[in-house]
Amino acid sequence: MTYTLGQEQLDSMEEILQEHLIDVGVRCVFLIDMAGNIIANKDNGKIKHDVYSLAALAAGNFGAVSAMAKIIGEGEFSLLFHKGKKENIHFNKISAEFLLITIFSNEISLGFLRLKVGEAVEKIKKILDNINTP
Amino acid sequence: MAFVNPKKKEVQVKVVYYGPGRGGKTTNLEYIYKKFDKRIKTEMVTIKTHGDRTLFFDFLPFDIGTVNGYEVKIQLYTVPGQVKYDATRRLVLRGVDGIVFVADSMEVRREKNILSIKNLQENLANYKKSIFKIPIVLQYNKMDLAEQGIPLLPVETLEKDLNSQLKTSSFEASAITGKNVVPTMKKIVSMTIATIVKDLK
Repeated sequence: MTYTLGQEQLDSMEEILQEHLIDVGVRCVFLIDMAGNIIANKDNGKIKHDVYSLAALAAGNFGAVSAMAKIIGEGEFSLLFHKGKKENIHFNKISAEFLLITIFSNEISLGFLRLKVGEAVEKIKKILDNINTP
Repeated sequence: MAFVNPKKKEVQVKVVYYGPGRGGKTTNLEYIYKKFDKRIKTEMVTIKTHGDRTLFFDFLPFDIGTVNGYEVKIQLYTVPGQVKYDATRRLVLRGVDGIVFVADSMEVRREKNILSIKNLQENLANYKKSIFKIPIVLQYNKMDLAEQGIPLLPVETLEKDLNSQLKTSSFEASAITGKNVVPTMKKIVSMTIATIVKDLK
């Protein structure tokens, strides 16, 4: 029931998050599992969110939306987006067990963000495919 | 599903408080939050209805110090106890490492306790987990009500109903006064960590 990732894998995932998301202007990004654990997170150094609570709520939120999808006969909603006045949250499923959450301001367009998230997800997927979760 | 992060030297562990509605799961967390307010740096997260009933879950992250050089972060969750919220209950149980079953000791709630523990067994099975294998502790809550003349179930009855097969540790407690709340938590934390250490070997 317990799993772990190597230092090398964690380093390369953080590099991907930095390069594809933080460096293009995303405020905060975190990779979580569906139990609500944080696997990796990065921010631009200017904000301090309570990431553990955010991860727990994000996993719950995504789980609730997935359960709704099943009820209406949709396999899943792999992408979620919450729009605010200043801050926005974007959820992207990586695999059955992992989720990428991005917090960004209105200075970045949703289209550009989706493109960047897509690139990061592809790379992270390759790393996570090599580990066995229960 | 505990996650071990060798880079940050950190382990994240998920403990869920389960049990029938109005049994005192949230009160357990509120007591812990109050008691350890100096060590818990974040707010307790609750998602509840207007009527103050848990709708989705409560969440309380809690640093308990280091074990074998790893900082252990315990994430305490509660489920909504009401029967109708089974779908959300199941979601909260995802990736659980340890369980506290909070039973309501009031005589009138006997049936509700039994149904809830059966429901726990079914929902764990949904994630291919066995109630007999996962670390679990029982708490017989509301013992303080005896003083007000409210009929309570004898501990032997509670043991027979809920613990005859599990044969795990149980605590007579009162979440509202704090009696045995911390020992219950300490017990489940130590059982869960022991399992994780065994898993990693």
